[in-house]
Amino acid sequence: MDKIKCAIIGPGNIGTDLLYKLLRSEVLEPVWMVGIEPGSEGLDRAKELGLKTTAEGVDGLVPHVIEDGVQIAFDATSAYVHADNSRKLNELGVLMIDLTPAAIGPLCVPPINLKDLAGRKTMNVNMVTCAGQATIPMVAAVSGVQEVDYAEIIATVASKSIGMGTRKNIDEFTRTTSAAVAEVGGAAKGKAIVIVNPAEPPLMMRDTVYCETVDEPDQEAITASVHEMIAAVQQYVPGYQLKNGPTFEGRKVSIFLEVEGLGDFLPKYAGNLDIMTAAAVRTAEMFAQDILDGQLELEPVKENA
Amino acid sequence: MTLDDQVRGRKLKLHDMCLRDGMHSMRHQITLDQMVDIASGLDDAGVPLIQVTHGDGLGGSSLNYGRGLHTDREYISAVAEVVKNATISVLHVPGIGTLDELRVAADCGARCVHVASHCTEANVTEQHIGLGRELGLDTVGFLMMAHMTSTDHLVEQALLMEGYGATTIYCVDSAGYMLPDDVTARIGGLRTALEDATEIGFHAHHNLGMGVANSLAAVAAGADRIDGSAAGLGAGAGNTPLELMAAVSERMGIETGVDLFKLMDVAEDRVLPIMPQPPRADRDSITLGFAGVYSTFLYQAKEAERKYGLSARDILIELARKKMIGGQEDMIEDTALSMAKERDLV
Repeated sequence: MDKIKCAIIGPGNIGTDLLYKLLRSEVLEPVWMVGIEPGSEGLDRAKELGLKTTAEGVDGLVPHVIEDGVQIAFDATSAYVHADNSRKLNELGVLMIDLTPAAIGPLCVPPINLKDLAGRKTMNVNMVTCAGQATIPMVAAVSGVQEVDYAEIIATVASKSIGMGTRKNIDEFTRTTSAAVAEVGGAAKGKAIVIVNPAEPPLMMRDTVYCETVDEPDQEAITASVHEMIAAVQQYVPGYQLKNGPTFEGRKVSIFLEVEGLGDFLPKYAGNLDIMTAAAVRTAEMFAQDILDGQLELEPVKENA
Repeated sequence: MTLDDQVRGRKLKLHDMCLRDGMHSMRHQITLDQMVDIASGLDDAGVPLIQVTHGDGLGGSSLNYGRGLHTDREYISAVAEVVKNATISVLHVPGIGTLDELRVAADCGARCVHVASHCTEANVTEQHIGLGRELGLDTVGFLMMAHMTSTDHLVEQALLMEGYGATTIYCVDSAGYMLPDDVTARIGGLRTALEDATEIGFHAHHNLGMGVANSLAAVAAGADRIDGSAAGLGAGAGNTPLELMAAVSERMGIETGVDLFKLMDVAEDRVLPIMPQPPRADRDSITLGFAGVYSTFLYQAKEAERKYGLSARDILIELARKKMIGGQEDMIEDTALSMAKERDLV
């Protein structure tokens, strides 16, 4: 069967984990890995796995896009350079899946709004943040039952699973997650808190979701909705688990989660990486399927269009 | 050389924490009137630095940490209006507070910021320290839970913060776990490695009753700033009682510029009356210091004790075993729920 050819920008932890997942995909084929450091570990590994590589950033990829038939690119670099990367590739008709917190395209959390994005002809989709991917499904599970005034999430990640990009851009990370908790999760107001824990051995990613409902929470319906959503996320992140809750105190609903990764590239504690890359692949696969089925034709985005 | 020889004649900046760290013990419910009353008293007593923020820093008002009675904007503006000489400082924790919140605090009159991270994660502070400097604030790197890493590693982290632009670096004993030798080693290490112009600070919790002793050890090893709280109002068994530190400093010839009797009066007449109970090293607070647990976990551990019939001490020991760090308040309820399930209590 034909596969849609992809490029990965950023050969770090996320980019490499993504690569392993793409190699298993039935509709996507990774062909290019783009970095900025010649001889970096990530570029070397990609080369060994049969990809073409460049250390000259997106400019090194641009001349080969048409020739090599690249149609989807994943950006796993940083919020600061994403807009440039996206513009250069969109001009060539490449669909951008953005794993940085740049959030210039519509936000995507697969079990909530992936299907809505299908008909929108968007050329840039943002995957929010790992904290967002892990928690927003739960906010949506509650807001799907009844109106949520305020949702707050606390994501704790192992120090070893968080790269320099996220650390240098922690403000964008926090703000993008907060905004998405409200926008995609369906809460009137959202807040995100991120904690980096250096414990050895590293801790599994933990996420806590608090929702305040407008009226008294319907405990039975919310509990059922939460369990249903857990199952939906488990379809692409098998290690997504409800540890405790939902518990109810007045209007406050508390949900305690743990995310164990598949261990594709980084160890299993890095559930935060896994949920991010798994969500990105799931998103790209939907678009790829639409392209293969002839339902979607990517078109070059003209500058200033 | 005696301790007295090491500290006599030294200059020391005292930094009051009762309107920030004390917010924890007050469950973030200090009123504007109380804040203004205490801040103006501290200012009149010559305390050079007064911290005013939600206990968990800018943006800390939340379900996880407790909602503030007022916003940081309201608290800082109210205090800025009455304080004449003191510098108003704020706490800012990347991952909790955003850059916009720091801009607002500076607009309201904050002139100093403690940018805090866990002791091993200094590289999350670059943006926030950078903005602190850009706004012209007295910018401090605040390395929390400093007992959880070695002196060498702490020094590496401090150098990162200094590189981002912090002009003061703190060793923070958030759990009140350290003993004087631990403090001496860490402050000494910082003093040796950092630029001469970089100031060094120490922030204690009194969970093992070591606040004053540890602060003295810090001064002897080269600290320029000591955090404390009038009447000790702070998380756990409180911070170093500032009036006690001032009294001891005066006896030992450390120059703080603070009017000791006025400070004692602020503690006694303005701070003590607002507390539901004076800070005391009860069994749960001692547990914080003994096991090395973040001091603010005290309150929610006590709540979980009431809710689930578990002992707060058991919960705190379990949190220490799981190596939970500052900010992970959500894990108190989670841990209590898991313990209650195991014991068939729920």
